[in-house]
Order: sequence, then C-alpha cells, then structure tokens
Amino acid sequence: MSALVEVKNLKKYFETPRGMLHAVDDVSFSIETGKTMGIVGESGCGKSTLGRVIIHLLDSTDGNIYFEGKDITHANARQLRKLRENMKIIFQDPYSSLNPRLTVEQTIMEPLLISGKYSSKACSAEAERLMDMVGIDQRLRLAYPHELDGGRRQRVGIARALALNPRFIVCDEPVSALDVSIQAQVLNLLQDLQDQYELTYMFVTHDLSVVRHISDDISVMYLGVLVETCASKELFRHPLHPYTQALISAVPTIDIHNKKQRVILEGEITSPINPKPGCRFKKRCIYHTDQCDAPQQLEEILPNHFVACCRVREINQL
Amino acid sequence: MIEEGTSFLTVNDLVVEYTSEGSVIHAVNGVSFSLERGKTFGLVGETGAGKTSIAKAILRILPDPPAKIRRGQILLEGEDILKLDEKAMRKIRGRKVSMIFQDPMTALNPIMKVGKQIAEVIKLHNKATNKQAEAEAAQMLELVGIPADRFNEFPHQFSGGMKQRVIIAMALACNPELLLADEPTTALDVTIQAQVLEMINKLKRELDTSMIMISHNLGVVAEICDDLAVIYAGEVVERGSKEAIFDRASHPYTQGLFAAVPTLDEEKERLAPISGLPPDPSNLPIGCHFHPRCPLADEQCKIEKIELREIESGHYCRCIKVAAMEN
Repeated sequence: MSALVEVKNLKKYFETPRGMLHAVDDVSFSIETGKTMGIVGESGCGKSTLGRVIIHLLDSTDGNIYFEGKDITHANARQLRKLRENMKIIFQDPYSSLNPRLTVEQTIMEPLLISGKYSSKACSAEAERLMDMVGIDQRLRLAYPHELDGGRRQRVGIARALALNPRFIVCDEPVSALDVSIQAQVLNLLQDLQDQYELTYMFVTHDLSVVRHISDDISVMYLGVLVETCASKELFRHPLHPYTQALISAVPTIDIHNKKQRVILEGEITSPINPKPGCRFKKRCIYHTDQCDAPQQLEEILPNHFVACCRVREINQL
Repeated sequence: MIEEGTSFLTVNDLVVEYTSEGSVIHAVNGVSFSLERGKTFGLVGETGAGKTSIAKAILRILPDPPAKIRRGQILLEGEDILKLDEKAMRKIRGRKVSMIFQDPMTALNPIMKVGKQIAEVIKLHNKATNKQAEAEAAQMLELVGIPADRFNEFPHQFSGGMKQRVIIAMALACNPELLLADEPTTALDVTIQAQVLEMINKLKRELDTSMIMISHNLGVVAEICDDLAVIYAGEVVERGSKEAIFDRASHPYTQGLFAAVPTLDEEKERLAPISGLPPDPSNLPIGCHFHPRCPLADEQCKIEKIELREIESGHYCRCIKVAAMEN
C-alpha cells in the first residue's frame, strides 16, 4: 500500500484586515491509491481550502504536499502543468462552475486541447468517450449549460475532471446542490468510475451520511484543524473527539422509533482569525477544562485512530 | 375528500398554475390535507414539486401574475381565506399565520437593525408604541437565544444560524397560530440545525403553535412532524401519520426516496437512485405523473388519472399497484 497523496503540517493562512486567518492549520494525512478520504466539517472549517491547496489552486503558507512520493509543494509552472493532468477537481455548484458560453463538448474538450496531446479530431473522439463514461447522451454534445438540469451539469463537470485520465480528484461537495434522487445517481457514478479506473478521491462535504457512504477513511476538521481521523466505519462506531460525537449526534435520523441521545452544542463556530494556541473547540465543548488551553496534538488513541484532544482518554474511559 | 369541521386548517383540492410565455406550469394539482391545532404537518418532496407554492398559497403571497390559484379552498378555522379581500388577508398574515423563509441570507433587510425588523412586525399588528414594540422585540431575541444587547446590530454582523433565528423570532413575534416553515434549516450547518430544530420544538410546545414544515430532508421531517404528505409533480402521492409513512412507505416514489438517501442508521453498499428526472411541470405525463420513472408502471398507469386511495386507516396512497393493507 502506498500513499498517492500525502500532506505534512500543511498550513494556509490568509491575511485579513483584522489579522491572520488560519484557514488550514498544521494538517497532516495521507490518501492511499484507489481510496477515498472524506473531509468533513461545517462551513468555514477550511475543508474546501484544504482541497484547493493540495491541488495548487491556492499556494500553501507552510508545510509539504507529496504526490506519488514526490514533494510538489514548490512545483514551478511547467511541473504544475504536468501535475494538473493527474490532479483534478469537481466543484460544488454545477450552476456556476461551468462556462455558460461553452457547449458540453467544448467544456469537456478544453483540458484536452490545452494539454496538446490530442489532435482536434482525437479531441472530439475523446470527448465522446468521456460523455459515454459519465452517462451524458451524445445528442447533448452541442447543448449549453443552461439547457441542462443540475444532475447533468454535474456529470459534465465530472467528465471534464476525468479528461486526461487523472489519478487524483478532489470532489468538493459534488452532490450538495442536487436533489436526493439525482444525488444517488451521481454518487453511484463516482463509485463506479473509481472502481474502473482506480481513482483516488478526496471527498469534501458537510454531509455526514454522504461521507460515510462514500469514504474509506474520514478526517474531521474544526476551524482549520484536523481533530479526528480514522477509517470510516471506525469513526461512526467509536467517535472519540467531543466535536465528532456532537456532529454525528446532530444529524437528524429517519429511525422514528429509536431517538438517539443528542448532544446539543452551545454557540457557534468561533473566529479563525488569530486563534489562541489551545483547543479550538474549547468554547463549545462540554468537557472543557484549563488543560484545553495547551496546544493539542493528533495522537493515535486506538490503532489507526487519531484524535486531537487532551482529555480523550478520560472522556471515553479508555 | 377531506372531512371539514374539526381541523384547524384544511386545504382542499388546491390548484396553482403559473403562466409563462404562453405555456402553463402546473405547480400544484389538487392538493388536499388537513392540520389539527398544535400539530405539525410535513410537506416532503424534491425541488419543483410545488411545496413552496402550497405554503405561499396559504399566505396568499403568490406573485400574481404569473401565479394563479385556479381552484380549491383553504379553510382556516372553517373560513375560506381564498375568499377574503386583501385588507382582511393583511390581518391574518404575520398575526395568525406567518412564514419562516428558506434563505436567511436574503430574507432580512440588510440596512435595518435586526431588532427594528422584529419590532416592525409587532407594531404593524398590535397597537403598540415604538417603545413597547422594541421591548417586545428584545424579548423575542432572547427567546430565540440571541442576547438582547445585539438589538442594534445589522444582519451582516450575524452568522447564518443567528440570522435564521432572527427570522424565526420575526415569524413568532405576534404569536401566530399557524407557522409555515419553508426549509428552515436547509441553509444551516448540522450542529446549528440541531439547535434550531430543538428551539422550534420547544417553542411549539410552549406556544401551542400549529405548523407546516416543508423539507426535502427525511430526517428533519422524522424529527419534527406528526403527519406528512409526500408531494410529487404538484400532487400528494402519499399521506399519513409519520409512523405510517416511515414504517410502511407504500408509494413507489416514497420508497424510492428512502432507498436513494444514504443514512447514518444503516449501511448501504450501493444507493438505489430513482431513474430519470422529475417531469416538466408544463408538460406532465398523462396518467400517473410518476409512471416514466416507476419500476411498477404498466400500460394502465399511462392511461387513467390515479386517485388517492385509503390503504389503511388514515394512510392514503396514489397508486393502483399498491394493494390496501390488512391489519
């Protein structure tokens, strides 16, 4: 087993008039080839920024990014061009992420043309193949995005991401703008493509049910920090971090006979601008004590189950 | 279709159409349901099913043109509010019936202090002085968990969850008897959603408000509703108590919805999507509107209009393929 993508102590800060915004703060993890890493957290936790930094849509502030074992943190423009054939992204909103003035075919062909690897005839044939792969009818080849419904638009986004046969795709909330019946179609498509082409996904979402369904491993983020990471099944069976526990308990369940015990969090996510060194979750945590003012380290609490909480053993009686 | 009399709100055979560039969009096609006082009724369905049009028809705030209520009755305590004139309707809106809108980011006035926005509603419906109204508005803020000293702040200074609470405070300011909640938590994060749902449940208990909850999220509906209707292409395809629908979902569309969503409660290797797309509301399929996507459909489903049938006591289903249940 080898890691296709690995990040070490990755940081992304944004300068704002009110101070330094710590969007991603000291995040480390790795994703193995052919697997899906789910990144879950609430709005503003830095999960989308993390995805964008990894594929170099944003520059990192500090730390390292490895792809196929090579350090690509400071890749230059020429190296990036090569890398981007292998690292793609599917965006959240299929309504605003497609160029309204390009047809379906042009949208899918654009990365092929830019690569310079295909003649225009080969491009067209390749676009046709990609449309078949994601299940878009050939008759929609010349349609514009406004003529398509959300599910089809997202398929166009997926086809474009698949152009040039990438190995790694960041899926940034790819189904949250879609209705449930369509959402299931797109999730199944992503799974099928992964099985067929051994794709590696980083799946960014706020939806715990979706992330549980699609991921092999899950990392939970809170205010720029990774608070818990482990296998998907393990996370839902034994959530250890108080934030993960609250997050999972907050999801409304369709089981009307067994109401679960709910942890209702007080307050809201605090500001990521100039955060204090201690636990970022402290303010909302029901277990917080003075110990929590010290910096928290991600620690292996159970085999392959990492948690950043100084009281985790006490809280979970481990 | 629905017995009148005992219910607090009865919607009977409601038909709403939109006219656009010569074509007619059939948004709501003969919807009937009733709601008892103090209960919560859920309207579940996907985008474009007509849920919001139903709520807006009850408040009579559909934009006319293009929208027209073609047929039906909306009986509020026995009185048909579709027959009321605008002046009488204004007395009902905000005071007797009020609505929580979906998007907290756009439902507030960006250049008006949040406290003032709540006070405005109170003043409009009560004989209150500015001072009284503002004092009451401050109380409402506290009620939804916002410190009253933030009265003078503007919406942009509030987070999404807090804006949604302001909207809820506004909707509750005149102690309405009926609250229409249109996807009140869809724009919120789960931990904030849990807070808001808990607050709505608490307020409902304390103030005995009746409520219509519109949502596409089955979990939210399970959490908060007593009865519900599943809406597809402007029609009720299944209606009944929460227990009936969640335990014994009968319509193929309802069953499809349950199979299509990933949940935390059970592991699904693969989701079962509903094939195809929702129909074009300006060109609905003849017969059962769901037949092009339905795994059970045969020739019969394409011919006749399907009626809502009672398949067990209080549980209705619009499908000829579903047999009545025996107890």
